[in-house]
Amino acid sequence: MRHVLSALVMNQPGVLAHIAQMLASRAFNIDSLAVGETENSDLSRITFVVSGDDRTLDQVRKQLEKIVTVVRVLDYSGEEFVERDLMLIKVAAEGAKRSEVKELAEIFRGRIVDVSVEHVIIEISGTESKIEAFIDMIRPFGILELVRTGRIALLRGHSMAAAAAVGEPTQV
Amino acid sequence: MSTATEQTTKTATRTGAEILVESLIRQNAETVFAYPGGASMPLHQALRKHRDRIRTILPRHEQGGGFAAQGVSRTSDRVGVCMATSGPGATNLVTALADAKLDSVPMVAITGQVPQTVIGSDAFQETPIVSVCQQITKHHYLITAPDPHCTESIEETLRSIPRIVKEAFFIARTGRPGPVLIDFPKNIQLASIDGDIDFDPPTYLPGYRPELRVVADEQIKQVIAQIRRAKKPVLYVGGGVISSGAAEELTKFAKRANIPVTMTLMGLGAFPADDDQSLHMLGMHGTVYANYAVNESDLLLAFGVRFDDRVTGKLAEFAKHGKIVHVDIDPSEVHKNKAAHIPIIADVKVFLQQLNALFTDDDKPQTDEWWTEINAWKQQYPLTYQEPGDAIPPQHAISELCRLTQGRDPYVAVGVGQHQMFSAQYFRFNKPRHWLSSSGLGTMGFGLPAAMGVQAAHPDDLVIDIDGDGSILMNIQELATLNCERLPVKILLLNNQHLGMVMQWEDRFMEGRRAHTYLGPVDHPEALGEGDGSHYEDTYPDFVMIAEGFGVKAAHVRSKALLEDALTEMINHDGPYLLDVICPYQEHVLPMIPSGGTVRDIIVE
Repeated sequence: MRHVLSALVMNQPGVLAHIAQMLASRAFNIDSLAVGETENSDLSRITFVVSGDDRTLDQVRKQLEKIVTVVRVLDYSGEEFVERDLMLIKVAAEGAKRSEVKELAEIFRGRIVDVSVEHVIIEISGTESKIEAFIDMIRPFGILELVRTGRIALLRGHSMAAAAAVGEPTQV
Repeated sequence: MSTATEQTTKTATRTGAEILVESLIRQNAETVFAYPGGASMPLHQALRKHRDRIRTILPRHEQGGGFAAQGVSRTSDRVGVCMATSGPGATNLVTALADAKLDSVPMVAITGQVPQTVIGSDAFQETPIVSVCQQITKHHYLITAPDPHCTESIEETLRSIPRIVKEAFFIARTGRPGPVLIDFPKNIQLASIDGDIDFDPPTYLPGYRPELRVVADEQIKQVIAQIRRAKKPVLYVGGGVISSGAAEELTKFAKRANIPVTMTLMGLGAFPADDDQSLHMLGMHGTVYANYAVNESDLLLAFGVRFDDRVTGKLAEFAKHGKIVHVDIDPSEVHKNKAAHIPIIADVKVFLQQLNALFTDDDKPQTDEWWTEINAWKQQYPLTYQEPGDAIPPQHAISELCRLTQGRDPYVAVGVGQHQMFSAQYFRFNKPRHWLSSSGLGTMGFGLPAAMGVQAAHPDDLVIDIDGDGSILMNIQELATLNCERLPVKILLLNNQHLGMVMQWEDRFMEGRRAHTYLGPVDHPEALGEGDGSHYEDTYPDFVMIAEGFGVKAAHVRSKALLEDALTEMINHDGPYLLDVICPYQEHVLPMIPSGGTVRDIIVE
């Protein structure tokens, strides 16, 4: 089963490397990982997509929580959340094909962000299935290159970062 | 510390190295095991300056320093501290850190690092030690200035040192204890700052919440209900009971409930070995009766343990008839190897205090029949060994040492191998924190430096290293430290000229084919498993000569008739002493459950 985990971590050098090493050394398989700063510059958010049974997931979560610089880990499975991938895709679009490509991009709410004589670059975001569907549809035109981010996700409703900030940090 | 001292030092100019050393003193570090080098010289200058407040012991190898620091932590409430320079100094600490991580031993390791401005340039003696150690430390710090060319940035970093050191000690000793590494570039060590330094700043650890949780009474009552109903309960206790200081509470509970207690290698001493309720050690080389009891039990009370493979053998078969109550402070240990019916995340001591408070005499399980069964196993399968002629079996040497030191509560450290298991079986520990074994990592060479650290922390106590002739060579250089630092450790060397544990596996599982497990010259027939040990007239190397070369008194003994006198002389000697006991190599550690096996596979002869 696939799970989306969201970890708030201290925004410090080496934290991502530490987490990646831990996952690798414990032989956990990660399908996707995305990291970036949050609204609080002291914190970054790392979004993981993990496949595995409940026991594996339980271990991934607990091992993440053991890392001192990991402030909080949430499992989004079973919660209401919004998830997105972002893709940039370079497609052959010469002559008459161009309008067809443009039309397809519009149907998927993509945007053409670069145009040259032979090709266009389309920016498209959405759920994984939408991105996959778009790739399938556009493939006959000729995909020259594509790049995708890892999954990012947020819970609907309350804010996890705000909740973490409210919690009293340990003081000695 | 006097207020006068504080006031006079307050206005002084301090280097980063001095701030770090003063921070160590604030954290009650008494001793640092530190080996100097280019990138840690400023730290050593600071240690020299404060030598009236903190003792620096020079080990002869950084790994020895790391294990010595563990010797302090494993036998006291203090967090042991070791220090090394960058590069090879730091990498030499790696094994000691990994060892501390697996055995949950608190420790703070400080490494010098090349100046921040050249980090990443493959500078002389540069290794990315934080990256190397990420998975084998509980936490780590690299002290760097956000802008190393800006005075203000450096000063801010210097002011953060007391917080970092305070956090390091806090993280090392709280929750599930473990080692913390502080990597300290030389430019920050050398930078200086005038004026006040706050040596007791607040910590900032938003992701670390080791607060002791109180267990809900309902959960305790659930456990008590299971105990009351149980017919065959067993307490399976480990290092968590010792590190949380719960041995007394455990003993109190076990006595009140009249439940048998078996201990892991890390747990020896949690319950008195001399008590009739003790089943002693369980697992691969545990007693038959402990393993039988766990196998038959209908309720396994697993406190401060992690269901290690050396304990469980085949997981699916381990304690499969009973319910499991698993109490551990580390949530990731619960359900990791074996699913628990009642999982409780708690400090074992807090849990046992609550359990003792709620447990009444009406909750005592009916264990009379169970004890009849267990006592029959105890009678049928006691720990035994052959005693052929006048040779000294290693088990006998350990039993005699145990007998002759009774009443002195000696600290006993061991290396890794047969002598380690014999010590676990035949030395009887009645108090916690008196037994030191590299249990999880199984590091040969642990015993001598660990004992050295214990002696530094307990100068007036009897400290013994029971070692093997393979293990001791891995850190033999620490004999120099014993002599030069006046650390009167006694070494009982069980010398069988072989890597005994590997040899035993060769004998049991590989038709006795010796493959590099004989420690004498390769042209001896024993090297291929063909001799009978007749070369023992000239054992190799001559450990007595080696010890004497280091200034440590030593003697050989090979006759059982002479053993008691030899041991007595060692114990009473004023100073470090090595007793080289020549043992027959044919001994195997028994009982034995082969790796991945079950209690049905137990080998008793």
